[in-house]
Amino acid sequence: MIKRLGTGLAVLWAAATSSYVALLLAPGDTIDILIGNGVDTPEIRAKIVAEWGLDRPEVVQYLSYLWRLLHGDFGRSYQLQRGVGEILATQVGPTLQLTLAAAATGVSLAVIIALATAGRGRWLRGTASAVELVSVSVPPFLIGIVLLSVFSFTFGWFPVSGASGPQALVLPALALGLPIAGVLGQVLRGGLERALEQPFAVTARARGLTERALVARHALRHALIPAVTLAGWFTGTLLGGTVITEALFGRPGLGQVAMQAVTGRDMPVVMAVVLLSAVVYVAISTLLDLAYRAIDPRIGG
Amino acid sequence: MTTFREEHTGTGLSEREVGTSLSGRDVGAGLGGRDAGSVRAVVSDAVASDAALVSVADLRVSFGGTEVVRGVSLSVAAGECVAIVGESGSGKSVTARSLLGLAGPGSRVDARSFDLSGRDVRGFRPAEWRRLRGRFAGLVLQDALVSLDPLRTVAAEIGEVLAVHQVVPRVRRPERVLELLDAVGVPDPAARARQHPHQLSGGLRQRVLIASAIAAEPKLIIADEPTTALDVTVQAQILRLLAERKAAGTALLLISHDLAVVASIADRILVMKDGRVVEEGPARSVLASPAHDYTRSLLAAVPSAASRGTRLSDGTPLPRRTLRSSEPFPDRASTPSGPLLGGEPSLSAQVLAATALSMSYGPRRVVDDVSFTLHEGETLGIVGESGSGKTTVARLVLGLLEPEAGQVTLHQRQWSGLPERERRPMRQRIQLISQNPLDSFDPRHTVGRLVAEPLALPRRERRARALDLLERVGLPAAYATRHPRELSGGQRQRVAIARALAPRPGVLVCDEPVSALDVSIQAQVLDLLAEIQAEYGTAMLFISHDLGVVHHVSDRVLVMKDGRVVEEGEVEQVFQQPRHPYTRALVDAVPRLG
Repeated sequence: MIKRLGTGLAVLWAAATSSYVALLLAPGDTIDILIGNGVDTPEIRAKIVAEWGLDRPEVVQYLSYLWRLLHGDFGRSYQLQRGVGEILATQVGPTLQLTLAAAATGVSLAVIIALATAGRGRWLRGTASAVELVSVSVPPFLIGIVLLSVFSFTFGWFPVSGASGPQALVLPALALGLPIAGVLGQVLRGGLERALEQPFAVTARARGLTERALVARHALRHALIPAVTLAGWFTGTLLGGTVITEALFGRPGLGQVAMQAVTGRDMPVVMAVVLLSAVVYVAISTLLDLAYRAIDPRIGG
Repeated sequence: MTTFREEHTGTGLSEREVGTSLSGRDVGAGLGGRDAGSVRAVVSDAVASDAALVSVADLRVSFGGTEVVRGVSLSVAAGECVAIVGESGSGKSVTARSLLGLAGPGSRVDARSFDLSGRDVRGFRPAEWRRLRGRFAGLVLQDALVSLDPLRTVAAEIGEVLAVHQVVPRVRRPERVLELLDAVGVPDPAARARQHPHQLSGGLRQRVLIASAIAAEPKLIIADEPTTALDVTVQAQILRLLAERKAAGTALLLISHDLAVVASIADRILVMKDGRVVEEGPARSVLASPAHDYTRSLLAAVPSAASRGTRLSDGTPLPRRTLRSSEPFPDRASTPSGPLLGGEPSLSAQVLAATALSMSYGPRRVVDDVSFTLHEGETLGIVGESGSGKTTVARLVLGLLEPEAGQVTLHQRQWSGLPERERRPMRQRIQLISQNPLDSFDPRHTVGRLVAEPLALPRRERRARALDLLERVGLPAAYATRHPRELSGGQRQRVAIARALAPRPGVLVCDEPVSALDVSIQAQVLDLLAEIQAEYGTAMLFISHDLGVVHHVSDRVLVMKDGRVVEEGEVEQVFQQPRHPYTRALVDAVPRLG
């Protein structure tokens, strides 16, 4: 576990350092890059030099950058005239809602589909498989557009854009969650079917268990092992997907912030978003590692 | 789409129960004629009295139109042990599982009569079958490592049976689990109950599996190869445990490929072949005076002290071994690489020597001060139970592992402790035949390519030589274009032998080469190895857990325990008059025919 924490810290350090290196390597004067499209006055330039310590040796600059990060100070966006930490804090809520809703949608759809179709008739499995394949291979923004045009424009069931109320969450969560449901559903079904062919499944049936109990008490847990392995991919999809989904559905959130920061060349915000993604990634994969050990006692703790 | 279809027929959550429930079709009089050839029914029908727990007549099980059980009649009375013996594909397991309504997905089960505990189960609904499972009959499968759910504790697995059948009130369950573990001889039940299957030894695991099978106090235990993956001493313990249950009044249906295993415990034996019972009778008479040719050939195929020097498959004497040496060194190695020990290699000389080999994995010493020599044309057997270090010895002499201490010489040249570059020219001189050759074959290659691969010859000659080799191991040239997965276990082992022989090695290391094979196939493979040794004078290091096999093939034998050689000598001497207590325990634990 200590090793695990060490790896996590190393990943965070690498993310911080590489975004810092990106800042240094970017063509042009560092001060210009940090200002981006913001207001450019000698006062602001002086402030940047002071904040980033640009008048000091490079090693000191780098170390003081890390030191500020350790204290949760992400610096200042000179375009938006606000602290980066403050910007992220106001935008993290809607994104958290969206990703959690999408993850819940994806996981529950996957479990339902897998339970309903594992080992069933050829047609049912074939259909489920085809649907999964479509949901995996069609990009989320296309799914989003289709959902919007059907449920918002045609039927008017859900708002077209915004983040007001749970209604506005339904379509974006679906758009983001469907690809996850597709992949996860296939993995879960495969795992269930493999588990149900194992000798222990014969033993369990020979005890008088119903198929339902066999799946619930034995097979599902086996099927979760490969599913948990997918967690890294899963997190990445969610993080990347929010950028497109938030733009498409006109939702506020980190995706929007990242998008605007990149297009507006607001480097301090871009660097902070990179770091935040790394933090989320490390946190989630640590949690899932723990889950893995809880599911499978054969993995040495 | 093919994949879907296969996967679909492979499982079938919904159909499984529907499919395996008996159709209850009353088979008409016409079936009697279809069945005339098989020895059946007569005995069973006579025995089928009121006392019979199981009374089945003319059981037929088919999968997608292919009949795998073709008219089996069977009865088991309380307190009786009936054994079904047969090789793989004989239908013995399907027969046994049919008694639980678990013949398998997509199966169709018919019978003229099918009474369990006095009730006609034809037309049973899934829920009715489930009430029988565990309660009327408990199932014990092979290898509890995979037959118990590896993710659940021992207590959860046994407790499940108690819960399903409401054997005891919920609050009494933990206590009952401990009582059951105690009853099957698991020491320190409270600690074991919290453990997972992988934390237990093979013997303890099998005891736990038996505990879960008897938890609902069934009248019948169906044990399908219950000791097959176990060491011989542990096997003896498990058989004793089953015998105790039988003595306590539980009926036992024992399924095995091994006549010797059932000999000690069965009251009656049914011998199955191709879905039919070919012989049936009291255990003693079936073993002592088998009436059917197939039973006789099965008995003859069992390797033992008595079978030494004869072919197992037909009982004819084996050719005498000659000590005629082919080139002791491959051409490419004519410029010696390693330092030569003890002068020029002489013919009919020592080909392999291990001196004081030691090896550890972490703190555990798996090989401890092991020394032996192997001479041309000789077979040295290594017996030992799992964890005795015998496979590590094989890896050390093959140069796949470096010993921590001690050294290996091959053809009296240094072999261990060399850089791989210097060892490579000599690699062809020592070859391995493993238990499961499929693992070491590239599945995309054809048999011909697999055999030709080690040959350093021009393409045309290579092909001709590969065909020669295949013919030598008894595979017609047509097999050269097939893929290993299309072959049976015995054929794959023949390919492995041909491949090992291809570079004309001086030493063959055989690591459990016949352990995964049926006894009649095992007999053919052992015969083949003996013929090859006689023909080429190849030395063999023969590693096996099976004392009978080792006794049959070896000249000398090493007995290993916990990484050490506890006894060694001429094979007759070691097995007839064992000096070390462990050897004695091993020899005593071997199940004997009759």
